[in-house]
Amino acid sequence: MSIRSRGIRPTDHSRRKFLQRTAQLGGGLVFALALPGIQSGSRGAALSSSQLNAWLRIGSDDSITILVDRSEMGQGVYTALPTLIAEELEVDPSHINVVAAPVGEPYVNVLNGGQVTGTSNSVPEAWEKLRKAGAQARSMLIAAAARRWHVDPATCRASSGTVIGAQGKVARYGQLAEAASKLPVPKDVALKSPEEFRLIGKPLARLDTPSKVDGSAEFGLDVKLPGMLHAAIALSPVLGGKVGSVDSAAALALPGVRRVLPTESAVIVVAEHFWQAKKARDALRIDWQPGPNATLDNAAIWARINEGATRPGLSALASDDVDAALKGGHATEALKGAAKTFAAVYELPLVAHATMEPMNCTADVKADRCDVYVGTQVQQLTQAAAAEAAGLKAAQVNVHTTLLGGGFGRRLEVDFVPAAVTASKVVGAPVKLIWTREDDMTHDVYRPPAREAVSAGLDEHGKLTAWMLHITSPSITARFDPTNKDPFDSVIEYVQNFPYAVSNFDLSYTRQEIGIDVGYLRSVSHAPNCFAIESSIDEIAALISKDPLQLRKELLAGKSRHLQVLDAIAERAGWGHAVKGRYQGLAFMEGYTSCIAQVAEVSVEDGELKIHKITCVIDCGQTVNPRIVESQLESGIVYGLSAALWGDITLRGGRVQQRNFNDYRVLRLDETPALEVHILPSDAKPGGIGETGVPPVAPALCNAIFAATGKRVRSLPIAAHKLI
Amino acid sequence: MVRFTVNGQQQSVDIDADTPLLWVLRDHLGLTGTKYGCGQALCGACTVHVDGAGVRSCLLLLKALEGKSVVTIEGLSKDRSHAVQRAWIELDVPQCGYCQSGQIMSAVALLRDNPAPSDDDINAALAGNICRCGTYARIRKAIHRAAELLRGAQSS
Repeated sequence: MSIRSRGIRPTDHSRRKFLQRTAQLGGGLVFALALPGIQSGSRGAALSSSQLNAWLRIGSDDSITILVDRSEMGQGVYTALPTLIAEELEVDPSHINVVAAPVGEPYVNVLNGGQVTGTSNSVPEAWEKLRKAGAQARSMLIAAAARRWHVDPATCRASSGTVIGAQGKVARYGQLAEAASKLPVPKDVALKSPEEFRLIGKPLARLDTPSKVDGSAEFGLDVKLPGMLHAAIALSPVLGGKVGSVDSAAALALPGVRRVLPTESAVIVVAEHFWQAKKARDALRIDWQPGPNATLDNAAIWARINEGATRPGLSALASDDVDAALKGGHATEALKGAAKTFAAVYELPLVAHATMEPMNCTADVKADRCDVYVGTQVQQLTQAAAAEAAGLKAAQVNVHTTLLGGGFGRRLEVDFVPAAVTASKVVGAPVKLIWTREDDMTHDVYRPPAREAVSAGLDEHGKLTAWMLHITSPSITARFDPTNKDPFDSVIEYVQNFPYAVSNFDLSYTRQEIGIDVGYLRSVSHAPNCFAIESSIDEIAALISKDPLQLRKELLAGKSRHLQVLDAIAERAGWGHAVKGRYQGLAFMEGYTSCIAQVAEVSVEDGELKIHKITCVIDCGQTVNPRIVESQLESGIVYGLSAALWGDITLRGGRVQQRNFNDYRVLRLDETPALEVHILPSDAKPGGIGETGVPPVAPALCNAIFAATGKRVRSLPIAAHKLI
Repeated sequence: MVRFTVNGQQQSVDIDADTPLLWVLRDHLGLTGTKYGCGQALCGACTVHVDGAGVRSCLLLLKALEGKSVVTIEGLSKDRSHAVQRAWIELDVPQCGYCQSGQIMSAVALLRDNPAPSDDDINAALAGNICRCGTYARIRKAIHRAAELLRGAQSS
């Protein structure tokens, strides 16, 4: 059954287009496979192994090594992607060694058009590709065994890392790999049907867990190279400021300090150890030139956005990304003729990624090559940024992707790469440059603020006749790619597939810049748009005194997959049956080719909000590892709760006011409600799950707050509102 | 020169005595399992044990360590056999994994003082350890599971 026939449209074209362009920009010369003997992610490993394809090496000792071309940032790709190969290769996944793939053409994510881990499509993109790679390798191993035994390959089969022939003949993959690697790669191989899956869809243990419970997992922060020095960095307190003059005398007098290196926008301090570098950084006296943001604050940012909102938006209805079924109406006219109208403005603040591992990069620059060791979501952009800083060609830069201590889109940026490369080049030694938490919090590339104005009309029977959204926000994509002519890139997610039945739909966007860079944050515009859509549907339900679940079901009539998710959430959350004093709020989203619904159950006493439980139901197609899907959804809910409750980056005098976890509050264990995740069985192709759990949280929560208090929270964070 | 033990081994460290233990462990002793998260004892990623108690190594200065006994995630067991590590593996707690050394060290400290913690006890003991991946629900389950494993080990 195709995805489309189940009523889900492929989404997220816009971000894919961006990623394609940036990958082309940044990719430069993308070279094919790793050079023989160079293994990214397994430095120093000497292995007599044969490469059967871009992702698979089999050692003479039967070791199976899989090169994973997506970055592991907690979402489980180091388990899910090897599982796809192992399923067809007939090996036990627990025996697989995982290494990070280098930069290379085979490792391009075709949905993103670059070597990019983003858009929650690692599994969807690999779904056929890696199973096919596993099946091809299996076929080659069987062919090698058949040659060795002078038998028809059809009489042989693969099982548990061996090829088994007639009359009890058995050969281990390690004995066959070299010969197999010299055979032609079969073009057409049959893939297993779902009934034949041994591994896919089973809750297998994560391959990276053991290294994450004993301290051995290597993140960027943990890279150690012989002769390595450490660096700290002074970044302009005013965003976008430049270095004026630097008095480094006090810093240079401190023990261990090797170099103070001013650049145009920062001052790098290199020392023997990080603490020395950090102390010396703090001893610098820098005269900063604040630049154009010297007076930027939140009032100024919102004045710009509100001014922008007065300009008519650019209609998105001509965009290919907008579902055709939404086009052709006359929303403005329909609104004029409506029996009842509804209008509301929803406001979303700047939000920080706040990964647990602060930004860092280790670089080792030599005359003719540069090695960078970094937790990155964009290997090609990293390569390009390092090449530019090193004065080398892209092909001379080797990107070694470490584990990421959280990504959430922050590591789609490469702003922390060039300084490490520059420092290494100048001092002639490997340098690990670490941002402090304060550097990280005050120099994030924040989620853009957004103003979302919804207008809706209903006829005398309460039927929705018009629904319009006007978005005003800065563009993320324009900074990456000024040549990008699609103004809707990464702006209209979810709303481009507005699922609710309405005969007159309109969507428009006013791009309004705010003076600082903004970036992709987990679920990007799905989150603000889901907040506007799902809050407005709840408000409309209240306006016509209809149960919010019932209204959604009516507006989704005929969409069986959507309705199944709504029916399941109603059952699982006990919709309408909360215990006395508790209130429920519902939100739905179609995104990442998945359908998701969440119910928040809250109480509000004396103005104090308590979140008791979040229930989540998803149809994300075929799961590769339901255990990881479940943890990703829990993860998205917790991430979404932090942002909804407290996420709010504020500026004063161009400086970010939040510096650490004391003033940028995030959810803690004792504040975490009960979480219940239910995955609906599905035979559709896998959907995305890394970001999907995030967007429904805020509207579900605000809808529950409305149910509890009658107060409608139309701007985030919730903490800024009095609920009494 | 400050003398103390780390994971049972005697160490003599002769550097700036105001260096936080976190960076002594990471940069001088090569023990990178202990993570830097905030530098202000706000996130718990750097949690280690000093004389058996869970402490934030990012604010504990080297000069305060004379004669002390430090245990890091690397010293918990040689083979991931500590009950807390086994429970973490069984429930696949980590996602990105960056905060997990600190979570585990806090959990071990809790279970040492309180072999059968309630959810409230876990809330109180682990509230100082932030996880941005949101593994909290599994951490809670894994601590209960580790408590079971420890009880089983005692009764057998």
